[in-house]
Amino acid sequence: MAKDTMTMTSQAEKSIVIRRKKHVRRWIAISFLMTFLILPLIPLFIWSFGFNWFFPNVLPTRWGIRAWAYVFDPTAQILPALWDSLVIAIGTVLISLVIGIPAGRALGLNVFRGKRLVEFLVLAPTIVPPLAVVLGIHVVFLKLGLADTLIGVILVHLIPVLPYVTLVLTGVFANYDPEFEDQARSLGAGTITIIWRIMIPSIFPGIIVAALFSFIISWAQYVTTLLIGGGRVQTLPLLLYAFARSGDYAVTGAISVIFITPGILMLLFTSRYLTGKNQALGGIGR
Amino acid sequence: MTHVLLDNLTITFQGMSHPAVDAIDLEMEEGKLTALLGPSGCGKTTTMKLIAGLLKPSQGDILFDGKSILSVPAEKRNTAMVFQKHLLFPYMSIGENIAFGLRMRREKKAFREQRIKEMLDFVHLPDMARRRPAQLSGGQQQRVALARALVVEPDVLLLDEPLSALDAHLRDEMGELIRSIQTKLGITTLLVTHDQEEAVVLADKIAVMFKGRICQYDKPPVFYQRPASVDVAEFFGARNMIKATMQGKSAETVVGTLEVEPGELTTGKAVLTIRPEEITLGENGVNSLEAKVISKVYMGTHVRVRFLIKGIEIEGLFTKETMSEFQEGRILTLSFPPKSIWAIPD
Repeated sequence: MAKDTMTMTSQAEKSIVIRRKKHVRRWIAISFLMTFLILPLIPLFIWSFGFNWFFPNVLPTRWGIRAWAYVFDPTAQILPALWDSLVIAIGTVLISLVIGIPAGRALGLNVFRGKRLVEFLVLAPTIVPPLAVVLGIHVVFLKLGLADTLIGVILVHLIPVLPYVTLVLTGVFANYDPEFEDQARSLGAGTITIIWRIMIPSIFPGIIVAALFSFIISWAQYVTTLLIGGGRVQTLPLLLYAFARSGDYAVTGAISVIFITPGILMLLFTSRYLTGKNQALGGIGR
Repeated sequence: MTHVLLDNLTITFQGMSHPAVDAIDLEMEEGKLTALLGPSGCGKTTTMKLIAGLLKPSQGDILFDGKSILSVPAEKRNTAMVFQKHLLFPYMSIGENIAFGLRMRREKKAFREQRIKEMLDFVHLPDMARRRPAQLSGGQQQRVALARALVVEPDVLLLDEPLSALDAHLRDEMGELIRSIQTKLGITTLLVTHDQEEAVVLADKIAVMFKGRICQYDKPPVFYQRPASVDVAEFFGARNMIKATMQGKSAETVVGTLEVEPGELTTGKAVLTIRPEEITLGENGVNSLEAKVISKVYMGTHVRVRFLIKGIEIEGLFTKETMSEFQEGRILTLSFPPKSIWAIPD
């Protein structure tokens, strides 16, 4: 076919090919997601409804809702643990934002002497094993009366959480133009108005991402909760571990399903903030 | 209308050895548009931020109608600033952006709605109130930014390079809009710019600033005819600069003795300038010199010719009818009218 007979149809064919390619790519992505994220979760569901499930059976031989009845039994430990986990995670999110927003602003907007060192110290908890740190902190918390309390657990969860929150918010502030604040002030806005009506809305997507990190990290804490909570503060991961060790796979499966639900729900609700366009996923700037 | 006086205004930033704004005195006439003109980094935006209250001076005072406003915080000073970037709040509609200053002043909703409509008509953007900033073009965004500043009826309007982010054809349009609004409302306005043409077109008076100091404060034409220093002359596009020693009406230069109009400068060293368009072709009695044509450039309505006179390069601007006279290498006689020569103290 000669070049000049390149017609509309061949162009349309081309765009169909491109669309089909995109289609294929999307399906590959979805199947990867299914294989590595969803598939491993299926046995949890089956377990939670299974009564007897032994090798070599593909599915349990008997089904039942015993595990779920136990989980929602108000006299069992599960619901209070779920409540405590939520209180601790939400508390961690709030405090980490209150600390992380000013820290991210300082690191993202300013150049100052010793900035590299501060950045390193902020990231240090991700390198140092938490067990070593928490053992030391435990002694201090005992003296302060913070051991075995919810507040104590929230404070210790801040250690693994703050690096991520600060890092995310630093990236956001690196792309934030503080001249917006000058503009607002010149139009009559005071400092508090500027924070609420200019700064917070501007960095809101970053706050969502930081909160998500914060929640999920706190939600999954085991060692730190165990050491500082001293068994008095029972969170879901602690119960999950206890039931897994006891060999009650049905209850373990049911707790696991509850355990993964908030993370998935939050991801679904915030997915529109998690695109590549979000500056929150940019890392340290300036 | 507000009369603005800057008195010995100085600011030195931390860690800097030289002040960014160095003891400037400036009187802005009420209801007039004053331009603060200078190269980037000369302290003009800093001066503006001092007036807006976004920076605190190290020394000196700012007076509105004779009263010091230094103790008034930025948000309470009735100034409104339009930045180089339009800085429209992206999560607010155009209407909400315009009404921002009114909300801060706790105006009622009905009044705000009415003012939004008025201001949008004023900047020729009717029915745009519900749009988002991202849906507008660059020129439209800048107009909204102007409306947002004007809606609060500021005592002083501060414009920081409002045209520099715009395309050439939008500049003229926006410039005319600023000028017409400013004249209509009679708001005392300070325009910061690095573009001398912009300053000349828009301003009633121009203050030229170099290195934190104001070098000359005059009406626009003066800068072309009577620049106060070599820097100012160069900034306004002066070309032909010849070093001279003054002796009354005559100036000794390497190209010969030139007669000048008696000015303030009668002795000592000077730099003579003459604008290219003032040089005439042919013998004219006084100040006639032989010049060799080096090159010429046809510019549509005019022809720009470079000459060499005793090793000194001189540029002239002539009408296109005379184009054929300027063959390269030809020796011609040029005249420099004494009244067109200006001696700058060196």
